[in-house]
Amino acid sequence: MSKMITKMVAFGLAAAAFSVFAAPASAQATLEAVRKRGKVLCGVSPTAPGFSYADDKGVRQGFDSDICRALSSAIFGAPDKVDFVPLNTNVRFQGLQSGEVDLLSRQTTMTFSRDTSLGLDFAPVVFYDGQGLMVASKLGVKSAAELSQSAVCILPGTTTLQNLEDYFKPRNIKYEAVVFENPDEWRNAFFSGRCDVITTDRSDLASVRAIANDPKQYVILPETISKEPLAPVVRQNDSNWRDIVSWTVNALIAAEEYGITKGNVDEQLKSKDPEIQRMLGVNGDLGKMLNLDNKWAYNAIKQLGNYGELFERHLGEKTPLGLSRGPNQLWNKGGLIYSPPFR
Amino acid sequence: MTDTAQLNTLASIPDERPTRPTSSWYALLKPYIGSPFNAVVTFACLWLIYRLVTGAWGWLVTRAILEGGPQTCKAAAGAGACWPFLAAKLRFMIFGFYPYDEHWRPAIAVLLFLGAMVYSMIPRFWSRRLLWLWLAVVVTCGVLMYGGLFGLSVVNTTNWGGLPLSFMLSSVGLAFGFVLGVLLALARSSKLPAIQVIAVVFIEMVRGVPLVSILFMASVMLPLFMPDGVTIDKLLRAQVAIIIFAGAYIAETVRGGLQAVPKGQHEAAASLGLGYWLSMRKIVLPQALKIVIPPLVNIFIGFFQDTTLVTIIGLLDFLDTVRSAMRDPVWQGIAVLEGYIFAALVYAVFSYGMGSYSRFIERRLKTDHSHGRH
Repeated sequence: MSKMITKMVAFGLAAAAFSVFAAPASAQATLEAVRKRGKVLCGVSPTAPGFSYADDKGVRQGFDSDICRALSSAIFGAPDKVDFVPLNTNVRFQGLQSGEVDLLSRQTTMTFSRDTSLGLDFAPVVFYDGQGLMVASKLGVKSAAELSQSAVCILPGTTTLQNLEDYFKPRNIKYEAVVFENPDEWRNAFFSGRCDVITTDRSDLASVRAIANDPKQYVILPETISKEPLAPVVRQNDSNWRDIVSWTVNALIAAEEYGITKGNVDEQLKSKDPEIQRMLGVNGDLGKMLNLDNKWAYNAIKQLGNYGELFERHLGEKTPLGLSRGPNQLWNKGGLIYSPPFR
Repeated sequence: MTDTAQLNTLASIPDERPTRPTSSWYALLKPYIGSPFNAVVTFACLWLIYRLVTGAWGWLVTRAILEGGPQTCKAAAGAGACWPFLAAKLRFMIFGFYPYDEHWRPAIAVLLFLGAMVYSMIPRFWSRRLLWLWLAVVVTCGVLMYGGLFGLSVVNTTNWGGLPLSFMLSSVGLAFGFVLGVLLALARSSKLPAIQVIAVVFIEMVRGVPLVSILFMASVMLPLFMPDGVTIDKLLRAQVAIIIFAGAYIAETVRGGLQAVPKGQHEAAASLGLGYWLSMRKIVLPQALKIVIPPLVNIFIGFFQDTTLVTIIGLLDFLDTVRSAMRDPVWQGIAVLEGYIFAALVYAVFSYGMGSYSRFIERRLKTDHSHGRH
């Protein structure tokens, strides 16, 4: 017996040693650690339709996942040098702080308290979301102000309930929150009439509506009751790494603005526009300043496409989610998506 | 004598029984359906069962959609089961995010594992060699899953998922948990106060909190205590949490068995000159463990299903890959029940297997004391 135990303990220790990985030794060295590892460790949502989900072959797809792939292309020149680490809402920040991942690209709302007190930094916003409300059109409700004594179906999200309270309380609107742990139950409760109102971020609401047997029976109310700017997150005090993440996102945005696409990026190398030349690494040393190859932005665009292409591929009107660009349109087309200049 | 004649003779005797409308079919069925009220309930239930069975059959088979894609299923609006969903997502449900072209590796690992399991379930093969077999199987499975040797590409544990992960978490958890549990049970019934106190504190502390909170401790708090630059693999942390939890529960069950072994057995062992470990190993534990087979199997089945809780710390076990498959925007909201039915079937098969094996082993070991010669 004791012999057997000794063996088992020895094996256990060996297994433990086997799986101890080196994480970045100091905060400054994320890029160095990534290079050494040969992979970017990217924290994503376990499953979020359109943002991070599995296709039939079990490959992670989605808007958030492609941001990680763009980063991998910028650093390594290939989109597949990413290990996706699924992190739930309640463990995501600890996952980043403890060095389990290099960045979060998982529908995280940028807020004051998160930025200042959690030891984190936010990259540029990649998706402007906001909490919305959907009701059955037969109720004849046109705005949130007409809601009263209604049952509201919610998921136990981070701020969903608080936003609801913040919005309804000063307006003296009485409501009853019905909480569901499982999204399928939550949706079906609304469709079956258990609740009058269903609320979550507008991007989710659109997909809930798309699932309904007859989407025309439901209407999303015009009010957006909270601001939810979603942005990638990195650890504080690693300026170089934050720059890399931020400017990779900016490059995707700028590429759409300048009309550079996955398809025409090779032709654009011959462009006479000095800004495009600098961005794609034809002229100047922008890549070197990030400690990357000068082709970093070219590689990201070549592999993944520009911001608009990412959006259309995973969230846009041709996908089952069917989102319109809305505030996620470029700044010069009436939206909020804007990249600082490359110079 | 005809029925009427019989009735006539009976009529001469004053009948004090309460009158009741009797007919031949009622008399025939009475033993089965009882009073009229019971009969109504019985028929209502039968009708309900009939409707349920035909309804389920219609949904599962006759009205089911066998070919096509999400659009075909959506058009049917849930009238029949959408089996193309299962066909499209089957491999993902089983293997999760493991790279598609490498699925043969977890497949072989699972088969090896199940093979070794079946092999070691057969009493004829019980010997010390089994330990070596298991060591070989565990190492082979580890190499197959993780890679890095013999030209196999490395697949990080973050990409492990589905059925292999569920098997690993529950079987490794129970194997090590069992060893830990037996040691804890012995410690708790030890005569040395220090050891006893340690065991009691450990067991009560672990049993006093839910598995979920232990998993959270392991996945959220532990990394914050670690020195800078060292992270322990998340899967390993969850695995250790499960081992500790299983150990505490198994310890109490085994202790129950230890208490059931008559004191005379301890004394007999001592009078033979056996030391503590030898008497425990040869005399007491074999008897104690035999007694606790049914509650142990209960714990095993429970833990096999409890491992699904790892989903809250972001590990994708089998149930979670099934759920993730439903979140593919292409299929979302179209197929829900189909995935759960598949998961339920898999869990039922394995739980039933464990249950029937425990009944077999009980008969084989004849745990009932009354059969023994005294």
